[in-house]
Amino acid sequence: MTAEATTATAGGREQVAAETVGRTNPGDRRAAVISHIVLVLWSIVVLLPLLWAFVSSFKTTNEILGSPFTLPASLNFANYSSAWDTAGIGTSFFNTVVVVGCSLVLVMVLGAMCAYVLARFQFWGNRAIYYLMLAGLTFPVFLAIVPLFFILRSLNLLNTLQGLITVYVAFALPFTVFFLFAFFKALPEEIYEAAQLDGAGEWRTFFQVMLPMARPGMASVAIFNFLGLWNQFLLPVALNTDPAKYVLSQGMASFASQAGYSVDYGALFAAVVITVLPVLIVYVIFQRQLQGSVAQGTSR
Amino acid sequence: MTFDRISFMVVFLGVPLALFLVFVISPFLQALYYAMTDWTGFSPNFNFVGFDNYVKLAQDDIFRRSVFNSVLLAVVVPFATIVIALLFASLVTVAGGASGGIRGLKGSSFYRIVSFFPYTVPAIVIGIIWAQVYDPQAGLLNGILTAVGLERFKSFAWLGEVATAMPASMFVMVWALVGFYTVLFVAAIKGVPAEIYEAARLDGAGRIRTIWSVTLPLIRDNVQTAWIYLGIAALDAFVWMQALNPFGGPNNSTLVMPQELFNTAFGKGQFGYATAMGVVLAIVTLLFAAAVFLGFRLAGGRDSGSRL
Repeated sequence: MTAEATTATAGGREQVAAETVGRTNPGDRRAAVISHIVLVLWSIVVLLPLLWAFVSSFKTTNEILGSPFTLPASLNFANYSSAWDTAGIGTSFFNTVVVVGCSLVLVMVLGAMCAYVLARFQFWGNRAIYYLMLAGLTFPVFLAIVPLFFILRSLNLLNTLQGLITVYVAFALPFTVFFLFAFFKALPEEIYEAAQLDGAGEWRTFFQVMLPMARPGMASVAIFNFLGLWNQFLLPVALNTDPAKYVLSQGMASFASQAGYSVDYGALFAAVVITVLPVLIVYVIFQRQLQGSVAQGTSR
Repeated sequence: MTFDRISFMVVFLGVPLALFLVFVISPFLQALYYAMTDWTGFSPNFNFVGFDNYVKLAQDDIFRRSVFNSVLLAVVVPFATIVIALLFASLVTVAGGASGGIRGLKGSSFYRIVSFFPYTVPAIVIGIIWAQVYDPQAGLLNGILTAVGLERFKSFAWLGEVATAMPASMFVMVWALVGFYTVLFVAAIKGVPAEIYEAARLDGAGRIRTIWSVTLPLIRDNVQTAWIYLGIAALDAFVWMQALNPFGGPNNSTLVMPQELFNTAFGKGQFGYATAMGVVLAIVTLLFAAAVFLGFRLAGGRDSGSRL
């Protein structure tokens, strides 16, 4: 049951120890009660705004302006259709899926390749590239945003999804390389040598031997990259100003600033739910892996 | 050198590196140059003005205000987030009982899952939700406050008053960030051998004392990393502030550097001047990271003698 109980050797003592623990002294009880109170309060502070937004998404704008607590008179999905169609959240949703999907695949492949070469091959300039990546990770994107705008414009990539994908990949690359670098570094040299002896070239060694072995690391990085790219705001707002090509975060921001005038709060809350729910459901299903990824991230 | 080997190196290193150099490194370098021009972006000719932009920035009251606000965020938000996250992490991991072994609190996984929720919500949406929660008339917060009898909050504009706009915005950021760092610290605390906590208890250390003298020194590196990440997030703050107060709040009380930079560049078209703001932001970020490293080194020097 507890470390203390199991380390006791004599059976009798074990029982006594277990009993004392079972009876929990008043100090423990008080600490547990206080802990629960604090954590329950925080859970309420976290959940309440989310639940409130969810409930409000079914209310008419009049009901929303009436009182923050009343439940909707009827389960009204009109807000969802007006958010999806009229406010263009549907279009933004599809754009986001395309942009995030493509960027994620590309950055994982390119990041893994780059990390693998940096981690396992000695060549002139290896360290320099590594530190350049570190710099890319440290400096704020805001420093780059103005020149980036003009680079994209000169390449005719401004206001295109391809342009956005390219920039997403480039800016997610340093993090991906850093994280995977450690993984590839840790893979045993013998496996590489065995693959070479079996006649596999560099390409096959990577894709059929090394990459599959780095799968746990790849999964963690993919999760972080997905959330980071899904949440990305500055890059699309600055580099993709055509409303037909908006991604979700942008579409939400522009919808919220419009809602201030046309006051379709019901649809705004519906848009919030549309944006949040898919990721939240995926999180609840995979929360164990995700929290594991955070743990992994700290240990290196 | 076989073809296999050469093609491998070219593709594996060349493609990612080219992308990185063109879209990340080159804009950073160009920024240093543009910051010394009076470029407005759309006319092809502009003048080299040296450090004039920086001199102008030093006299620009609105920009100075935004620097102050950003630095304030970088001081308060990481500190508050780390204190709360460490407290929660300690509560769910080692608060189980003072006698017996080290065990977590009952139901701790529920708390961990719930407190992590905000991390999965895009920051812009967090800002939008909270802007509605803070709404003077229809907002949840004033609804609750008036329901418990605090009538003076009937139509109090949390984001519209100079006194409350900044604290209310900070709270939103802390709300958004605490869950992630709680999980991070929980993982770090679980990596500490249980015997150390048992020894501390046998020596009669109380719970607060245990957090301060055992947990904190042992997960110092994690706290330092968290502090730097949080500071960088707080110096950005663009998304949250754009959602809560797109125009900088009452009397610019919540205007942050990135907002001012963005408006100067893409609103007013003063690209050279805006880029100089970016340089200042980068310098502040580096100074912040250096200060955290230095602070932890000094604190570490004092600690390590007394520890274990």
